[in-house]
Amino acid sequence: MGRYLLRRLLQLVPVFIGTTFLIYALVWAVPGDPFAGKCGERRCPDQYIAFMTEKYHLDQNVFVQYANYMKNLLQGDFGTTFSQREISDIILTSYPNTLKLALVALTIEAVIGLGAGVLTGLRRNGFLDNLVLVSTLFLIALPVFVVGFVLQWLLGVQWGIIKPTVSSEMRLSELIVPGFVLGSASVAYIARVARTSIAENRRADYVRTAIAKGLPMRRVVGVHLLRNSLIPVVTLLGTDLGALMGGAIVTEGIFGINGIGRQVFRAIVTKESATVVGIVVVLVLVYLVMNLLVDLLYAALDPRIRYE
Amino acid sequence: MSDILVSEQSAPGTGGSGRPSGRLLEVDDLRVEFRTRDGVAKVINGVTYHVDAGETLAVLGESGSGKSVTAQTIMGILDTPPGFVTGGQVRFHGKDMLRMSNEERRRIRGEGIAMIFQDALSALNPVFTVGFQIAEQFRVRRGMGRAEAKKRAIEMLDQVKIPNAKGRFNNYPHQFSGGMRQRAMIAMSLALDPEVLIADEPTTALDVTVQAQIMDLLAELQRERQMGMILITHDLGVVADVADRIAVMYAGRIVEEADVYDLYAKPAHPYTLGLIDSIPRLDEKGQQLRTIKGLPPNLMNIPPGCPFNPRCPMAQPVCREKLPPLLQVGTGRASACHFAEELVNRV
Repeated sequence: MGRYLLRRLLQLVPVFIGTTFLIYALVWAVPGDPFAGKCGERRCPDQYIAFMTEKYHLDQNVFVQYANYMKNLLQGDFGTTFSQREISDIILTSYPNTLKLALVALTIEAVIGLGAGVLTGLRRNGFLDNLVLVSTLFLIALPVFVVGFVLQWLLGVQWGIIKPTVSSEMRLSELIVPGFVLGSASVAYIARVARTSIAENRRADYVRTAIAKGLPMRRVVGVHLLRNSLIPVVTLLGTDLGALMGGAIVTEGIFGINGIGRQVFRAIVTKESATVVGIVVVLVLVYLVMNLLVDLLYAALDPRIRYE
Repeated sequence: MSDILVSEQSAPGTGGSGRPSGRLLEVDDLRVEFRTRDGVAKVINGVTYHVDAGETLAVLGESGSGKSVTAQTIMGILDTPPGFVTGGQVRFHGKDMLRMSNEERRRIRGEGIAMIFQDALSALNPVFTVGFQIAEQFRVRRGMGRAEAKKRAIEMLDQVKIPNAKGRFNNYPHQFSGGMRQRAMIAMSLALDPEVLIADEPTTALDVTVQAQIMDLLAELQRERQMGMILITHDLGVVADVADRIAVMYAGRIVEEADVYDLYAKPAHPYTLGLIDSIPRLDEKGQQLRTIKGLPPNLMNIPPGCPFNPRCPMAQPVCREKLPPLLQVGTGRASACHFAEELVNRV
């Protein structure tokens, strides 16, 4: 296990460098003068341009810039915006909000998706199965902003069950509907993967053995069948956290949540490249850590791959 | 119904459906069909056999003859759909299990009737330790605590002669060798001290050397515990040492039932004769192996008359018209062949 972990951690290094370099190169390679419009109607003062060029090594090639950026980053310095605001500050205020939202979405996915998947996987082609298949197809087909606006309008404006927007305290009860909106498409995928996995394993020999042992049905399903069927679902759930955080921009916009989606969008529009890179770098880290966690969990769920 | 089988213990006309007969486990005129998109396959067409405490019944037949499906129906683990029981009874201590509630049937599994499967690697759950899967029986069915269940599970592993049982408790099935896995499977099925053990091709997936060990172990445990054992196999060699009686199945029917000695010495059905003849013999080394010509019938379209007639070297016009019932031939044996008497009486 220790060696497996070490190997996996070492594998993260080249992936991290590769992805961050790509992001860095892309963001800074965006054509256009980074100082255009920075100083209002006027052209920016030469000292300012010289100062910023110096600070961000804008006159150097992209490799040098990247190396310098990474050097600072490893010391915990994300740099500053053009208006001298600490980027780490932006990250610290916006990330927890997005993380909270994504975790709520993930929980909803796990509970609804897995529940629906297990129920339909056990009774394929029944009424419930068809209901879930149709409703998940519906959710997959609808873009997030449609689900979001419809629910906001229906639950928030027409029926008044929820507040249409989320307050800055980000209370859990406020996040349930936005969480569902964010996770809606994934709920559908989780339900389908769980359904397939359960249905496949339902006929497995070891399930038959468990029944032949005279175990109660809930134990056959809840212990023997579920443990084996969870593996693909866990993989999907784990890797989805990163996707949820990166994809939260629409949901955050609809419900007025101050998260990373909104910050990235603003930074792209205002050409605050350092902010974009900073936020995305953290997102890459989230992806990588979640992937590692999934692989560890995978090994815990299936002992056959433990020492590979 | 009862007139189909007249075997050693039951005189003609007795042992009809539903009447308690003091037998441990009886399968009575069982009928099972598989309803698939392509049609209905009649897999079991009136199978009747029984097993008593302390005896071993071998059920012999080719793949697709219905021997495993019969066992699955007894255990209540038939896949439904596509499998449906369309008739007959399975009586345990005289009570028809097919009419019991799910809960009643569940309680018989493991404790009354247990089963060993062919491929222990897929039959054991890959994500739980072998110890867990045995101890689970004691914990769930006997309400034992973790420590005691573990102790009992290790005892079971010891009984099936797994070396270093204590150390093996926490191993996963994939960490066991094939023979060890089958031993663990046996330990698991015997944990609750069942009265009947169904062994469905327990040695087919094993090396020849290991096969004999497993069969010996099974025979020994069966004798010690005075269990009734149903040994399902297609291997005549395995049967001879272990079984008391043999039931030969073909196309979802019993075609012959006899004591081991009688069956080998004088088969009363051409199919049994063919099976015995197809055992490779040392004194015929170098010659072509003998086989039964043709293929087992398509169960969706079983030929009229005797289902074996297209492959039978003795087939006469009557075989294509009339289905021979399983009738007594001499003493203590039965055959479903129009020419059973001739077969037995030939020199």
